[in-house]
Amino acid sequence: MLGQPLDAGDVAHRLALLGAPADSIDPVGADLDDIIVAEVEAVEKHPDADRLFLCKVNTGSEVLDVVCGAPNVKAGCRYPYAPVGAVLPGDFKIKKRKIRGVESLGMLCSASELGLGTDSEGIMELDVDCANGERFSEAVGLADTILDLDITPDRPDLLCHKGVARELGAALDVAFKLVPIPGARACTFTPVRSEREGTVGGVKIVLDDPEGCPRYMAAAIKGVRVGSSPEWLQQRLRAIGARPVNNVVDATNYILFELNQPMHAFDLQRLDGKVLIRKASKGEKLVTLDGQERNLDPSMTMICDATKPIAIAGVMGGTDSEIGDETTDVLLECAYFSPASTRSTRNAVKLSTDASYRFERGTDPDGMADALRRAVSLIIAVAGGEEVGVPVDIYPNPRQPVTIFLRPDRVEKLLGVSFAVEEIERFLVRIGFVVAPRDERLAVQVPGWRPDVTREVDLIEEIARLHGFDEFPTVMRPFRPSSVPSDPVEGLKDRLRSAFTAAGLHEARSLSLGPAGGDNAQPVLNPLSSEEAFLRTGIMDGLLRSVERNWAVRERNVRLFEIGAVFEKTDGMPSETLSLAALVTGHSRPAHWSSGTGTQDYDLWDLKMLLETALDLVGGTLRQDGNEWVVLDESGAPIGRAGRQQADAPAWAAPVYGFEMRVSQRPHVHVHYAPVPKNPPVERDLALVLPAGVSAAEVEEVIRKSTGSLLESVVIFDEYRADDLAGRSVAWRIVLRSPKKTLRDKDADQAMSRTVKTLRETLGVELR
Amino acid sequence: MSDLTAHERLAEIEGALKTIASADPTGLAELRNQILGRKAGKLTHLLRSLGGLPPEDRREIGAAANRLKTRFEEAIEARLEETRTESSDGGHGEDLSMPARALWRGNRHPVTVVVDEICEIFRELGFTRVVGPEVETDEYNFTKLNIPLDHPAADMHDTFYLSPGVLLRTHTSPMQAHTMENHEPPIRIVVPGQVYRRDPFDPSHSPVFEQIEGLAVDEDITFVDFKAGIDYFVKAFFKKDTRVRFRPSYFPFTEPSAEVDIGCPICDGSGCSTCKQTGFMEIMGAGMVHPAVFERCGVDSEKYTGYAYGMGPHRITMIRHGIPDIRMLFENDMRFLGQFAE
Repeated sequence: MLGQPLDAGDVAHRLALLGAPADSIDPVGADLDDIIVAEVEAVEKHPDADRLFLCKVNTGSEVLDVVCGAPNVKAGCRYPYAPVGAVLPGDFKIKKRKIRGVESLGMLCSASELGLGTDSEGIMELDVDCANGERFSEAVGLADTILDLDITPDRPDLLCHKGVARELGAALDVAFKLVPIPGARACTFTPVRSEREGTVGGVKIVLDDPEGCPRYMAAAIKGVRVGSSPEWLQQRLRAIGARPVNNVVDATNYILFELNQPMHAFDLQRLDGKVLIRKASKGEKLVTLDGQERNLDPSMTMICDATKPIAIAGVMGGTDSEIGDETTDVLLECAYFSPASTRSTRNAVKLSTDASYRFERGTDPDGMADALRRAVSLIIAVAGGEEVGVPVDIYPNPRQPVTIFLRPDRVEKLLGVSFAVEEIERFLVRIGFVVAPRDERLAVQVPGWRPDVTREVDLIEEIARLHGFDEFPTVMRPFRPSSVPSDPVEGLKDRLRSAFTAAGLHEARSLSLGPAGGDNAQPVLNPLSSEEAFLRTGIMDGLLRSVERNWAVRERNVRLFEIGAVFEKTDGMPSETLSLAALVTGHSRPAHWSSGTGTQDYDLWDLKMLLETALDLVGGTLRQDGNEWVVLDESGAPIGRAGRQQADAPAWAAPVYGFEMRVSQRPHVHVHYAPVPKNPPVERDLALVLPAGVSAAEVEEVIRKSTGSLLESVVIFDEYRADDLAGRSVAWRIVLRSPKKTLRDKDADQAMSRTVKTLRETLGVELR
Repeated sequence: MSDLTAHERLAEIEGALKTIASADPTGLAELRNQILGRKAGKLTHLLRSLGGLPPEDRREIGAAANRLKTRFEEAIEARLEETRTESSDGGHGEDLSMPARALWRGNRHPVTVVVDEICEIFRELGFTRVVGPEVETDEYNFTKLNIPLDHPAADMHDTFYLSPGVLLRTHTSPMQAHTMENHEPPIRIVVPGQVYRRDPFDPSHSPVFEQIEGLAVDEDITFVDFKAGIDYFVKAFFKKDTRVRFRPSYFPFTEPSAEVDIGCPICDGSGCSTCKQTGFMEIMGAGMVHPAVFERCGVDSEKYTGYAYGMGPHRITMIRHGIPDIRMLFENDMRFLGQFAE
């Protein structure tokens, strides 16, 4: 198409830089690299076998003896030849061997042995113009490379070979042309334009749904002979992964891939009276070519005959009017179905085809006549027959050409590089745009195959693309600071992560989707599975499952925390809050030889330490509830729980302690400095007996209040429980200090006796 | 010797104290004999000769000599103890090759580390870090970003819906719209966060994964600034000499749109299975903000231009550490997480 030899790697590179990267680059026929073309110079009967022949085979460099069993081997003919050491498809290695006492060097091959079809009747006679010894795949034109391109959804024009050739031509600055069809005569008809209906080949065609089908063309061909396509056509289709069907269908498929114009061929004699493009009626059904019965609804655009639907517009034809062996007359449809209508139709029938894929991205309404002419001449070339009548072109509301004004200074403002007007013009003309200067601007007419280009910025992108993104400089310039402040919650998450990793926990990340998590869990309307059908209401469940997975691989020591969003169903949008969860189980520190086997496991007090680590950063207080803590925020509302967690534990596992709480950023207050004390402290220890129901926190509260401003710190240093005590004994170390003077023992004793008295009176706590 | 005064003799004996610190047990025994020995000890001798001194000196010298005697005894004893500890072959000393008493150490999740590093590099370029909700409306997730709901582009985002019009964001890009609606340019933000796609778990897909989005909007931002920003990031995050390739692509919210490829960090561009023999690896989608996005978010598209980018920290984490399966990043296996010490 571009009239010059190209290197596949170079083509792939250029296309990638134009926006169409290759997903893969596959050489075709590479598995036949060992096979060469060789000539049989003489054939004799094998002395010991009736059905075998001894052949003198000229490989170009030497003449070898080869035993061959094919009945069609003839002297003077050329065949594909696999020399000794060659590997045939299917990993079949050719060795030197003796066949009935005669040495045979290599093998003459059949098509099926080369993986080129099912013909194993005889060896493959070659009619090629090349020297003996030439590589077979090159001599027969098998050698090729397939680039599987990744095309973005905005570029339907690149879904065909013509479009890709146009892009490459622009990059290489050469013109492209379509490859001539072997044996074809060019068609020159001009379809007859009409607004609603027309007749071709004796069939009346009526367009009743101009919204779903803005333009409809059709041609009639009579006297075709349906059969296999010629080898070149089959090979072209097979190369891109399409299955050859018959010559008429193959021709329409070829045009689809060549020109991005899907076509459909109906068996003209199996149409009942006329062709009507209309919306489906309620309750109508159609059996499509894939053998499925499809229920139709009035949102779908259909191709129908006088009585029934015969095809789902732009998606798939029906079996009733399918081209079969007995077909002689063909009605060839070439339509423009609207992208939105095709999309909704194929969604409704849940069927996506090569045709619907193209229609929904946008085909070229201006290229239809060319496509129809080429399709007709291709069908006649491969299936015979002749055109009947003049094709129809029903086009009630012809599209106005899209013209966009482009300001060269806007190009510079966006791209940061200035382009001469002539250069801009040259880029755009190369890919088929029509450019005319108008005042300070350029009036650019957009070709029909580029539905993605609708405004000035789209043209600017074309300029950048054709100039080459990599050609633009990479120069850092000053920038103004953002008007958007950083979100403080990200800083909080960072501080929590630092604190918990420092405490020895690994950060976990669990899936935020899970199985049902209570009445307030928000369901997903279209989940992938029941295991992921709800948004999580908490993080702890996921972490406990992680603990169980660790136990399953005999890991006893698990320490995890996670920060992430949790969700709850509400009347409106689901609520979304940030949550922090942490859990620990197993050894509270790595085992050390100094303590023998007696490494301590995590307990409730380690958990309380972790909890307080979080509270230090997030704020909040704790309240006891049974054997657990409830975390309260500054307003006293519960925001979390902490305690021992239940999990599916093996016998050797240690208890799991964990907490989960909602976290939010609180305003940061800078502390006000307090003078460091200069006077010495006085210490007093209080061993107190606490009756049942009195908590250490309550006692401490009283100690603080009653000791007053002299109190510097109060710390529990012992707990003692015994049957002979009416309660438990807890010992506090109290440090007293005055900023004003050096305290005397007398001052401290006074303060302590006041405190002990208050404790007795308010809580019934006695000195031990 | 007899020529020396008692004071001089004391000073001389005191000088021998210094030698104790470096003496071995044999030397110590000798020294003890020399100084304190019952017969020949210099100090013993001095004490015995006190009687020959004038009475006023006798008391002073006697006290000093006795103090010195105690110092000698203590120093020799301490040194002997020290030499016993030094000879570890005797089994009496500490073996310092024994393991330390350790604390558990925890690691940030490797994806978090990558997210933080990326955000930190963009912070150097003036981008502030903000976050947005995971539950979004289709208006913010699609429409405001110039993605029509009935366009094939919406297929690129297979979406989890919670109710009609309410969905789990398929990218962090809705924050572009929220930010442009609530702030005046200059805007420079980087937005990390979790996003959702209706992809079943497999080695390279997860229905939930992390994304980082960036947006710069101001009066004079061009394609050149865009390239410079991304180039700065890539070289700071990967290697200084990393090759960067900008390749045209399509995203509804940018125009021109680009895929950013880097020279494959695994094979250095010579071609390997990770980069599918191309020598390049795709790391982000980006481009100049589409004027339609500005218009839908109330920003003057004639006055302002800008660029946006998005990338996947899960994928980048996998590339960085050679992790073959994305699912490992969700399993929270202690043996896995323990490998990513910072």
